[in-house]
Amino acid sequence: MSVSEAVPPRTLSPTAPETPSAERIAYLDGLVARAKSAAAVFTQYTQEEVDRIVKAMVLAGLEHAQPLAQMAVQETRLGVMEDKVIKNMVATEFAYNYVKDKRTVGVIREYPERNLEEIAEPIGVLFSLTPITNPTATVLFKCIMAVKTRNTVVFSPHPKAWRCCAEAVRVMYEAALKHGAPEGVFACLESPTLPDNAYLMKHKDVGLIDATGGPGAVKAAYSSGKPALGVGAGNTPVYLEKSADINTAVVDIIISKTFDNGTICASEQTVAIDDEIYDQVLAKFTELGAHVCNEKETKLLESTVIDPQTGFMQPLAIGQKATDIASFIGMQVKPNTKLLVAPIQGVGREHPLSVEKLFPVLAVYRAKSVADALTVCIDVNHAGGLGHTAVIFSRNDEVIRKFGEVINAGRIIVNSPGAIGALGAVYNDLVPTLSFGCGTGGGNSTTDNVNIYHYLNIKRLARRTQNHMWFRVPNQIYFNWNAVENLRQFPSRSTVIITNPSLEQIGHVDIVRRNLPPETKVHVSVIPDAEPEVQVVLKGVEELKFYKADQIIALGGGSVIDAAKIMKLKYESPEADLEELAAPFLDLRKRVVEYPKDKTNRARLIAIATTSGTGSEVTPFAVLTDKAAGRKVTLADYSLTPDVAIVDPQFVISMPRGLTADTGIDCLTHALEAGVSSYASPYTDSNAQQALQMAFKYLPIAYENPRDEEARCMMHNAACIAAMAFSNASVGVNHALAHAFGARFGVAHGRANALMLPYVIAYNAAVPTKFMPSPFQHGYTAHKQYAKFADLLGLGGNTVEEKVQRLIAATEQLLDRLEFPRSIAEMGIPKAEFERALPEMVKSAFEDPSWRSNPRMPLMNELVELFWKAYEGRSAAKTADAPQQQTV
Amino acid sequence: MPMAMIAMFLNIDPNRIAPALKEAGQQLNGSEGEVVLDFSSVRRVDSAALQAMEDFAGIAEEKTIKVVLRNLDVDVYRVLKLMRMTRRFSFLH
Repeated sequence: MSVSEAVPPRTLSPTAPETPSAERIAYLDGLVARAKSAAAVFTQYTQEEVDRIVKAMVLAGLEHAQPLAQMAVQETRLGVMEDKVIKNMVATEFAYNYVKDKRTVGVIREYPERNLEEIAEPIGVLFSLTPITNPTATVLFKCIMAVKTRNTVVFSPHPKAWRCCAEAVRVMYEAALKHGAPEGVFACLESPTLPDNAYLMKHKDVGLIDATGGPGAVKAAYSSGKPALGVGAGNTPVYLEKSADINTAVVDIIISKTFDNGTICASEQTVAIDDEIYDQVLAKFTELGAHVCNEKETKLLESTVIDPQTGFMQPLAIGQKATDIASFIGMQVKPNTKLLVAPIQGVGREHPLSVEKLFPVLAVYRAKSVADALTVCIDVNHAGGLGHTAVIFSRNDEVIRKFGEVINAGRIIVNSPGAIGALGAVYNDLVPTLSFGCGTGGGNSTTDNVNIYHYLNIKRLARRTQNHMWFRVPNQIYFNWNAVENLRQFPSRSTVIITNPSLEQIGHVDIVRRNLPPETKVHVSVIPDAEPEVQVVLKGVEELKFYKADQIIALGGGSVIDAAKIMKLKYESPEADLEELAAPFLDLRKRVVEYPKDKTNRARLIAIATTSGTGSEVTPFAVLTDKAAGRKVTLADYSLTPDVAIVDPQFVISMPRGLTADTGIDCLTHALEAGVSSYASPYTDSNAQQALQMAFKYLPIAYENPRDEEARCMMHNAACIAAMAFSNASVGVNHALAHAFGARFGVAHGRANALMLPYVIAYNAAVPTKFMPSPFQHGYTAHKQYAKFADLLGLGGNTVEEKVQRLIAATEQLLDRLEFPRSIAEMGIPKAEFERALPEMVKSAFEDPSWRSNPRMPLMNELVELFWKAYEGRSAAKTADAPQQQTV
Repeated sequence: MPMAMIAMFLNIDPNRIAPALKEAGQQLNGSEGEVVLDFSSVRRVDSAALQAMEDFAGIAEEKTIKVVLRNLDVDVYRVLKLMRMTRRFSFLH
């Protein structure tokens, strides 16, 4: 609230000065016990019951606004009775207007689009300190807030305002009780003392301390270990800028600074006035009843109303009339003087009037510029007013905004009186309050106008949401024999074909050339037959620029197509930072980096696959090798997906058998992993299952009879279909293991996959040691998915376990038929070397993003175990009775 | 273990919880049995009812009688929980 509460002093040390007597403790415990019981009973009340009680209390408060104001002035000898009546009415009527339609019981807010509901939970017993400056209004306000939220309150008023506060509590209590509130809903300490407060602040049954008081009380509240609302001191800076309506500004300042004789801590303290209007403003103050002090009078004020020892205002001046203050210090003013205006030259201890003055004395400063004015306001703000209130009068939005940015105040009041503006709901749409949160600047937990929501625990009922999913593939996919003929429909002025030397040699490039529209200028960029390197990609980008390409045809396996994807990215968006774009992510939709949307050039990317495995022609992934840095960069974004995919088996009919097997198993692994992925959906399932069936049937045929056109065609399609599944459902731990092992020992990707595959199926089908959080799935389903695959393949089996075993066995038979080595050991890698490499491979596999969509979260020791199984080649089907193989 | 003997079974009238419990407390005999208070009709308790329940539990404890609250409404159970009174009763649904 304000330092005024130290006057008369009620400074609570964070450590209690003394303990109340046993008799007093019994009294205090009794108050809290009654309040606790009432709070428990209150939890049963409905919104309608609560609202009925609140309305009755508000009406009672309005009816007693005047007598309570009179009592307050008589008891405290502060302020203006008429203004206190207004305060009491604001505290009741305006507060009611704000709370009357608000739900505070049960479900208070619903967010159906987010599947969220907020439910109110009362706090219980509040222990409330109330101030001397606004005694009855604060009590009325807090009572209304408390009942509206089904809380109970034990009040400890300022000792010099105890009678009027006790009366306010009585008025509220009787009205509440008459309309059904639980007995004991409010209590007011008789003759409250500092030890009482210290004791109650730590009472086990007090749920929240609401301290509206001086800095000492607030600090004690926050130091008590209890949740607390404490509101800090003020020192309101005002900027009266040259564009302001001077008449409005001066009237508003006088209204505010004289309201209740300046006792509201949000009232104006020091006004920085632009030089251009300074004299005019002072003349207006004089015209409207203020007394502008000369230098001598200002010195007199400085030495009397401010304590020279502490630098704070003198207690005796607080809430007194301007004429009384003038008379007391021997200053001659007109009898009807409303306000004493004292010009000051700066802010700080050497300018005593720049501090908070809760009486009708206003400091003014002639500002030489906007910067000078803002600087002075910042200084005032930091001289005891951080987080509280600030005021600006201006018609210049730029200045107003700047003021808002540089001043630390919970309430920045524009073109209206600070004190009444800060109370809310009169001059603006701030929430009405009698407690101003001052944020961390004021040692508080909130900058809000304290209101009903600070008196509630708000519970959030968060229902499981059905996250949207996606299925994204190229716009156009042409497949089956002679699909390449579809190139004719794509007009291009300049086409660059990116390919490998071997594919050029065997005539594949010529096939493509023949099928392009005749007017197309064609250029061929031959890149090495290996994973693309940064330098290769950058050289390709230069070629695209040189030829002003509007179409790129990637003719090759995964490496060529990946290279073309990255070349296109850099060609279209030269500023793209590959390093940054490769940043890790968990969810594609929420990742930090964004792929560029602005494009300098545009080129269509047509991917023609010449292997049947990676499916890169339809995927959003690309892998790049950075030889200089000694690492791989994986890019993933749907903008990388080719625009057109051509899946024409004539480009794979001559594939060697080994490559057929390697790429074919890669395809099978894609289907199996996408099929059990935590990102799997009906859309990806259908593709995964179809690809699985096709691969099991046609891969051995294509391997054993490479010229079998049907098998080649179906395997080529299977690879593309599996890729559509994993493009959208991703892969799993098999790929993570294969990447790590393949990179370390230079083993082809498909072959590495094959070594892991049976063990990974068994692993995923077992009860996970650790489940993977997967909002898209309901329960653990991997084993059931595998069983479904077994059914689709006609493998038989009666139970899920049997079906999984048969799928593993069928996979192992397929690997045997494709003549794969069935263990890492069989490949000639010595055990000692494998063992040495193992820690690094495990680390690498764990860092691999592939497993993030695996149904089971792999633990490091499980990765070790899987690697060893692959090394030793134990049959996965035979180890199915191991404990970890137990299915869900 | 032998079943506890039911010393008293009382249907609680929601309109006179406190007086009913006071009367019942006076009738409690010192015996190792249990008292079943049927709260099926009670939807809300006030401070007086809470006090009466506390007093009744005290009397029962003195006489080593177990107090069973039957069909207690969950809102009322919450009130007892907030008052830390649940440990003084057994509950039967």
